Amino acid sequence: MKISSRQVDGVTIVDCSGRITLGEGSVTLRDTVRDLLSKGNKKIILNLADVNYIDSSGIGELVSAFTTTKNQNGELKLLKLTKKVNDLLQITKLYTVFDVKDDETAAVKSFK
Amino acid sequence: MGITEQRVSYTLDSTLQTVDSAEEKATSIATELGFSEDEVMQISMAVREAAVNAVLHGNAYAPDKKVTLSFERTPENLVITVSDQGAGIDLACIPNPLAPENLLKTSGRGIFLMRSFMDVVEIRPSHTGTELKMIKHVHGPSAGGKEASQ
Repeated sequence: MKISSRQVDGVTIVDCSGRITLGEGSVTLRDTVRDLLSKGNKKIILNLADVNYIDSSGIGELVSAFTTTKNQNGELKLLKLTKKVNDLLQITKLYTVFDVKDDETAAVKSFK
Repeated sequence: MGITEQRVSYTLDSTLQTVDSAEEKATSIATELGFSEDEVMQISMAVREAAVNAVLHGNAYAPDKKVTLSFERTPENLVITVSDQGAGIDLACIPNPLAPENLLKTSGRGIFLMRSFMDVVEIRPSHTGTELKMIKHVHGPSAGGKEASQ
């Protein structure tokens, strides 16, 4: 899994690509979100446009990132889900938990 | 690895590499058998989740414990069995990940996903390990059309 971060109007967009699965992918995502929060970046968008596979551990990491950010008075949103990831979030009912956006500009503007 | 005409089986170590390997084998076999792209993804993910449970929760990475993975093709079904040598799971302790109180938990979705993606999922725990049997109908209903599970 590859991850890079960029800032847009005070919002951190984390571009993820590859697989978020048990092991390296999950750990990379966890470390990235915790690092951002520790540096005071509390408006986070995970861009999952290039994430082609996610397993239950990866789903768990998305949930962990969401709750960790929320517990630090931050907000984490998901952007551009692939069909596979979208289907998984629907099946697990997590689509109702996450704020999911399709458009980056709208996603950035949606932060308070 | 042992092979018969309709059955392939593997004995694997309790490592993370086994999880990836099991997924790759499932993808390869399901593709060869002519399942659709969506079905191949469902089968490979179900096998990955089963392997994760066997390696992590069953055998707990113990180097002396093995995971057995088998694929059997019958005229109607692909039958997949994943066995570990752990202490066996308590079926009564498997939470419903869709319950509101569990929705934000970071684990506990593996068996749920297997049941979502396969037509039949049977779990047989014992004190010498857990055997998990999953069936996908060759021309059966798509995901969600399960006959039975326990």
